[in-house]
Amino acid sequence: METNESTGQKGFQTVGETKVENPRMTCRDVNVYYGDKHAIKHVGIDIGRNQVIAMIGPSGCGKSTFIRCLNRMNDTIPRCRVTGEILLDDTNIYDRDIDVVPLRAQVGMVFQKPNPFPKSIYDNVAYGPRIHGLAQNKAELDEYVETSLKRAGLWEEVKDRLDHSGTSLSGGQQQRLCIARTIAVSPEVILMDEPCSALDPIATAKIEGLIDELRTHYTIVIVTHSMQQAARVSQRTAYFHMGDLVEVGITDKVFTNPRHKLTEDYITGRFG
Amino acid sequence: MNNSEYKQKALDKSSSGRTIEMVNKSLSRRYKAERRFRRYGQVAIIISLGFLCLLFISIISKGYPAFYQTFIQIDVFLDPDVLPKDKLSTANYPGLIKKSLSSEFPEVELRREKKQLYGMVSIGAYYQIRKMVMKNRDMIGTTQTVWVPVDDDIDMLAKGHIDRNTPELERRVKDIQLAWFDRWDKAGKIKKRFNTTFFTSGDSREPEMSGIWGAMAGSLYVLVVTLLLSFPIGVAAAVYLEEFASKSRWVDLIEVNINNLAAVPSIVFGLLGLAIFINFFGLPRSAPLVGGLVLTLMTLPIIIIASRAALQSVPPSIRQAALGVGASKMQTVFHHVFPLALPGILTGTIIGISRALGETAPLLMIGMVAFIVDVPGSFTDPSTVLPVQIYLWADSPERAFVERTSAAILVLLALLIATNFLAVLLRNRFERRW
Repeated sequence: METNESTGQKGFQTVGETKVENPRMTCRDVNVYYGDKHAIKHVGIDIGRNQVIAMIGPSGCGKSTFIRCLNRMNDTIPRCRVTGEILLDDTNIYDRDIDVVPLRAQVGMVFQKPNPFPKSIYDNVAYGPRIHGLAQNKAELDEYVETSLKRAGLWEEVKDRLDHSGTSLSGGQQQRLCIARTIAVSPEVILMDEPCSALDPIATAKIEGLIDELRTHYTIVIVTHSMQQAARVSQRTAYFHMGDLVEVGITDKVFTNPRHKLTEDYITGRFG
Repeated sequence: MNNSEYKQKALDKSSSGRTIEMVNKSLSRRYKAERRFRRYGQVAIIISLGFLCLLFISIISKGYPAFYQTFIQIDVFLDPDVLPKDKLSTANYPGLIKKSLSSEFPEVELRREKKQLYGMVSIGAYYQIRKMVMKNRDMIGTTQTVWVPVDDDIDMLAKGHIDRNTPELERRVKDIQLAWFDRWDKAGKIKKRFNTTFFTSGDSREPEMSGIWGAMAGSLYVLVVTLLLSFPIGVAAAVYLEEFASKSRWVDLIEVNINNLAAVPSIVFGLLGLAIFINFFGLPRSAPLVGGLVLTLMTLPIIIIASRAALQSVPPSIRQAALGVGASKMQTVFHHVFPLALPGILTGTIIGISRALGETAPLLMIGMVAFIVDVPGSFTDPSTVLPVQIYLWADSPERAFVERTSAAILVLLALLIATNFLAVLLRNRFERRW
């Protein structure tokens, strides 16, 4: 056991560059407990602006748990406790007076399984702007829907059937619809929890291309099981192991020249 | 050596030919077991369908004659002396009919025989004539040919329920009445008509004048109270417990108690209603309001349990999706979870309401078993309900109430089937896939 540099607490020593200049989000000594289970241990990491950061690691290593801390989705799980500090533009999102509703509008989330609402395509995308009162009238709402669907690369495929059910789309289209729904509320950060794990390779390729485009407007955190995907879409990569953040660094460096033994074992396929 | 190499070795040991032999051997045994199991299931379904058919055939064959009533044609002279203009409502209408009957059979002179003659016509005939005269006063002084209902014993005779071969002493209809009946019948003055009285009036001591409408109205009032109270309270409780309450020991305790309440015998709820609503709060006895309150207590756990199950069956991904775009807890529940759970909630509610519709025991405790002739007009009027009416009629000695009992069961079954049909319709209407 070594001492964590940023907190001075006992913990795993993360190797690599946890800090970046002018970060969008900053995590310091984040711990997550499910009851007695210590799921995330003293994690400190920065998330850079307009960058894609990939979280990789074996199943159960805590990467999904960790990104669910970033928009406080873990609040919905009973017996789940989060300590530490997560800053979004210098505001600690775990402060007592922080309201999770606007937070989740700022930090959107795309889930593993496409989960469109059983409503029309239009209503799916318009839901966020509607509840947050972003549009003054129907025309503005239409614009929100169109822009979001265009950014999600789905507009051409669905523009003639916006009144069809969102669940009638194919898996890949559903996932892009979910991305459109997320970006319709103009978040600063988009969290993606294995967004392609339920999709075929062609749909996956489309989403990956989309992630690359979205980077110009948003900061993206993606959890993935596929190291190739991490290498393709991300600028930085973080490797988690048993609740510890083992290594963070520029994606190319992590994959070509891992500094930690565990990272090397994982990406060379000897473990996991 | 790793795992897959071990497996390969194990496979090599048994030659592939022998494996397929063993599989084939067990195959016929497996298929036999499957066929046997399917046959058991089919037999079970045939047996239950058979009993159901038996029940329906028995009830329908017994009950359908009650939908017809025997009428007799008589000529009534509306004597202006008997019907003074200022006392029309209290005039001697029985006298009019008796006179008409006597004039038809002038040979009847014995007091006992006259009584038997007059007894062949239902006392409902008096009310019928009175209603007719009150409606059209110009009829007074004329002779009117009217069809009036016969007494229940004669009705039974007309429907073939009375055996003419039994000795006269053991028969409800005497020989002399048989002769009169046959004479009328020959003259074409006996006719069976649809029994509207059965669907428009309340209970009566006279079977031919009794009807189901009083009990049906009572049932409707009770169900309105039950539905208005148990649906909103039950659904609100379920939504709160399932979506908003933090998981704590108290919530677990409440859940256990609700499950226990659903299993409490219904008569206990009746006693509770008697003690609290009637004795403590002083609400009127035999009132649909109290009946509805008691049935609400009984229906609530059913609705809460069904609604919670429906809410639980909404995929968590929908909740996450809504929360993920920044919907508040309330918006998540009411925009997404609740609409998706609605079909299940409605099904549960209608199952509860159907049970309430067929409930008897708790209503006996709060006095809804009383003999009530008037059709209730409000939530506090004394009334009875369909199942209790069935119970009351089944208890009556007159032969004519036997078919009325079965007919009332038919009406109750029809109502239950209608509510269940409504449940299916509503469920299909609100059902959405995800």
